[in-house]
Amino acid sequence: MRDIRLVAEPFDPNAEIDALAMATPDAGGIASFVGKVRCGEGVEALELSHYEPLTLPGMEALAASAEARFALDGLVVIHRVGAMEPGENIVLVSAAARHRRDAIEAVDFCMDHLKSAAWFWKRENRAGEWHWIEPRAEDHSDLARWADKSH
Amino acid sequence: MAVTILFLGPLRDLAGGASRDVAAPLDWSGLLDNVGEDLADVLKGERIHVALSGKVLIDKAALYAADGDEVALLPPVSGG
Repeated sequence: MRDIRLVAEPFDPNAEIDALAMATPDAGGIASFVGKVRCGEGVEALELSHYEPLTLPGMEALAASAEARFALDGLVVIHRVGAMEPGENIVLVSAAARHRRDAIEAVDFCMDHLKSAAWFWKRENRAGEWHWIEPRAEDHSDLARWADKSH
Repeated sequence: MAVTILFLGPLRDLAGGASRDVAAPLDWSGLLDNVGEDLADVLKGERIHVALSGKVLIDKAALYAADGDEVALLPPVSGG
């Protein structure tokens, strides 16, 4: 079971995780990560832009490589686009597997690749002005973690 | 008879708009001429990728866009 989506409206991670659990009755567990817009750093709004012909196919390809790498029963990746306020959910990655390590590592793998290699551009509104967010060096070192692992 | 150029992410601010239509056909040097010197210098950088009708080009200098094609200029991503 694979469910990969871009959404322009707020979503309910718990409802999505419940749906994954219903669809994967043989799984031994589900690991999930929910990313949110951070509060309290002077950020009034976050806007994520994407390029439809590349962004969703890229997420599908990432899901396929996670499925090839880990023994998964199901994988859900939901990503918000458009304007968001602090506290709102940006991303959900949820993986169901027979064994916990596959589920946990699949979530970690998907998040590292989403952060560094997915076709999203972010800007933040601070004190009424928009600022584009540059790629972070950590995102690339996070990605490198997976390059030298056979599994 | 036009090619649509899309300026993604921060390139939109440098270009003064998210997209523009230019005459077809369009190659890489034609695109650089169209966008002006400052933006052309940015686009020549190795961190800028180019997609033609939804496919990222391995060599952007080999761009050749025909009537109805969409050329997307892709700056480095800031991730999900």
